[in-house]
Amino acid sequence: MIRARGIEKRYGRRRALAPVDLDVPRDAFLLVTGANGSGKTTLLRLLAGLAAPTRGSLDVGVDRARLGFLAHEPLVYRELTGVENLELFGRLYRVPERRERIGMLLERFGLWEARNERVSAFSRGMTQRLALCRALLHGPELLVLDEPYTALDEQGADLLDRALDELVGTRTFVVSTHEPKRLERLATARLALG
Amino acid sequence: MSYLADVAALTRKDLRVELRARDTLPAMLLFVLSTLVVFHFALPEGAGDDAAYGLLWVAIVFTALLGLARAWVPEQEHGVLDGLVLAPCDRSAIWLGKTLATLAFLLAAQVVALPAFVLFFAPLDATALAGVLLANVGICAVGSLMAAMAAAGRARELLLPLLLLPLAIPLVVGGVGAAISPDGGRFLLFLALYDAVFAVLSWASFEYVVTE
Repeated sequence: MIRARGIEKRYGRRRALAPVDLDVPRDAFLLVTGANGSGKTTLLRLLAGLAAPTRGSLDVGVDRARLGFLAHEPLVYRELTGVENLELFGRLYRVPERRERIGMLLERFGLWEARNERVSAFSRGMTQRLALCRALLHGPELLVLDEPYTALDEQGADLLDRALDELVGTRTFVVSTHEPKRLERLATARLALG
Repeated sequence: MSYLADVAALTRKDLRVELRARDTLPAMLLFVLSTLVVFHFALPEGAGDDAAYGLLWVAIVFTALLGLARAWVPEQEHGVLDGLVLAPCDRSAIWLGKTLATLAFLLAAQVVALPAFVLFFAPLDATALAGVLLANVGICAVGSLMAAMAAAGRARELLLPLLLLPLAIPLVVGGVGAAISPDGGRFLLFLALYDAVFAVLSWASFEYVVTE
């Protein structure tokens, strides 16, 4: 699904990502590890199409309609409620039976009770759960998750574990983390940066 | 149809965010009214209506600038612009939604500012009002694109006026011309042409502003 040859990213003279080769087959789970500043986030942004490599060739076998991206930042509006955020993105992603899908995700990630509260009133962990709902909303074939456990408490992390367990093997995953132990059991491939 | 539905959803979102945050419109209203009050006392007696029309356009352009400087702030918080760029909708819909929302804020500010102008300075006839409406479209169309460019940089407060003001000069010329010229229709035509050309350019180039 993903094929990269010598992809590198530079911002001026600063190298954000050293050359990387990648072959990620469909339904694989690639675990990306590395120290801070090793280029994990940069690599994931390249795979999501949010940045272009300075050198090398990259082919991601899905268009952006079939890609789900969880970034460092939650990519949701602070002044909208959880439901309003998901309604907006559901519309832009042409999600069929949007209301049912949104309700199901909010239930799954324990946000149903808080669905009509503004995100600005959410804790960081709740915001991360909403970001996960947004990334999964359109049932993407490729999930690119940057440090998905960030800010999640143990309950939130367990909810994410369960969601990943259900999806692994039916979706392609590229997941970065600096705590690989939690995801080691799911990984079918590993990439250590830096 | 789905393009228009996307634009409507994005515009509605901006209006809803502003209704709750009240970050932009109150600032625009306060600015335009206080500017007109200052101009009222600054303009010497007997300066004539023509000078007043010029000052109206100074107030309009800088009020628009104030609104545009905040236009992309909700998208910068929490990195939402990345989320919108990743969505499979036509990216120009993001620009159009933002342009329509900014236009709504500018019109709302003018609903208060124009009667205040008539009260303090001079009357506005139908041609002058048509000039304001046409210039609004141009300012918001070009301004939303420039504000998106400026938002990507570090010094957006400095960058936006540098990018926008030179492009707004023809709008000021057209707007003032429509208000004071006996042949105001020619200036309206000029403003309509500006709007058409720059709206199409902004619509077509937005994608390249928000992607690498």
